[in-house]
Amino acid sequence: MEINFIKIFGIIVSAIFVNNFVLSRFLGLCPFVGISKKLDIAVGMGISMTFVVTMSSIITWPIYNFVLVPFGLEYLNIISFILIIACFVQLVEIFVRKFNPILYKALGIYLPLITCNCVVLFVTLLNVQGKLNFIESVIQGFSAGLGFALALILMTSIRVKLEMAKIPAPFKGAPIAFIIAGLMSLAFLGFSGLTIG
Amino acid sequence: MNKKLACLKDCIMSGVCFENPVFRLMLGLCPTLAVTVTAKNGIAIGLAATFVLLGSNTIVSLIKDFVPTEVRIPCYILVIATFVTIVKLLLQAYVPLLYAELGLFVDIMVVNCIILGRAEAFASKNTVSMSIADALGMGIGFTLAAGGIGAIREILGGGTLLGFPLFGASFNPMLVMILPPGAFLTIGVIMAALNFINADKTKNIANIAVEKK
Repeated sequence: MEINFIKIFGIIVSAIFVNNFVLSRFLGLCPFVGISKKLDIAVGMGISMTFVVTMSSIITWPIYNFVLVPFGLEYLNIISFILIIACFVQLVEIFVRKFNPILYKALGIYLPLITCNCVVLFVTLLNVQGKLNFIESVIQGFSAGLGFALALILMTSIRVKLEMAKIPAPFKGAPIAFIIAGLMSLAFLGFSGLTIG
Repeated sequence: MNKKLACLKDCIMSGVCFENPVFRLMLGLCPTLAVTVTAKNGIAIGLAATFVLLGSNTIVSLIKDFVPTEVRIPCYILVIATFVTIVKLLLQAYVPLLYAELGLFVDIMVVNCIILGRAEAFASKNTVSMSIADALGMGIGFTLAAGGIGAIREILGGGTLLGFPLFGASFNPMLVMILPPGAFLTIGVIMAALNFINADKTKNIANIAVEKK
């Protein structure tokens, strides 16, 4: 397996900044708007998300390339990936509950929610579509998680400050969150000139 | 029979306006924002979602008595994934250009909260005909929302609607509206406007109540 460092660097920069999964691909918006109210929860969600995305990239790559492709079943990728992700998240939940109850308490509710997060499925499908090799897939998964965590933590910090601000009544809650996301996304557009590899 | 029809109509209407999945329930935001660069794309993703909703709601309400409660969510996801695969293959075969534009966002509908949410919250508790009505209502509501956002972004960002130019050559399009920030700003402003209208209504109702006393 050949390792192309420039391509890998390009994948990392693209997933975290240029094509940030939340701010320019609109994925994982439900937790982005719903959970971004307390900083410690946002950090926990970001970490568990990064972990799940990386692990599902690791698991789905061999399944696609060694099971689905040889049998000509590529069109089943959606069904098989979502099943794998759902099973895997369930497994992680049981494992964490058994071996690290403190972490389980902190992440508890958010772990099962991640199954239904579009970022995870999108990254695994993107790995397949881009015909990435194993290491590139894992890196893409990991950076996608980091990009999600970055956007979520930034958003939460702004919303915590916003609690003190006077907002026009109709904008309270979700609308102002979207306006902030729009402005953040505008800032992230500044990265779009970066093309590497 | 008339009563039943009225009930079905209620189901559809609640999906279209009172419980609009995008603006009221805040579900299914990812595809609504990602592909709505033009009105056409918004309507297309809306119709695709309607088809999946119709299929999944029908099947889920048919199998609701046989599925053990512990494993119902994975079963529902499998049903939805099957219909999403059907839609994807149909789009690839008949409108490959449109599929290329919508891309992976069609695939991502598997984990769309609207579809799973309706299967879990509505179809698993109601009869087949009610579930179909609910799917139609939700689907039309979603299509209207996605098409509306798409139309606003297309008019402001490109000066066209469904591909037809609206303004003269001197029109200077707001490029930002067809870039990602435009989607966030549009939905934020629409939601605020809806809040404003509703707040006004509730105030009016309260005033009328006071006057009556």
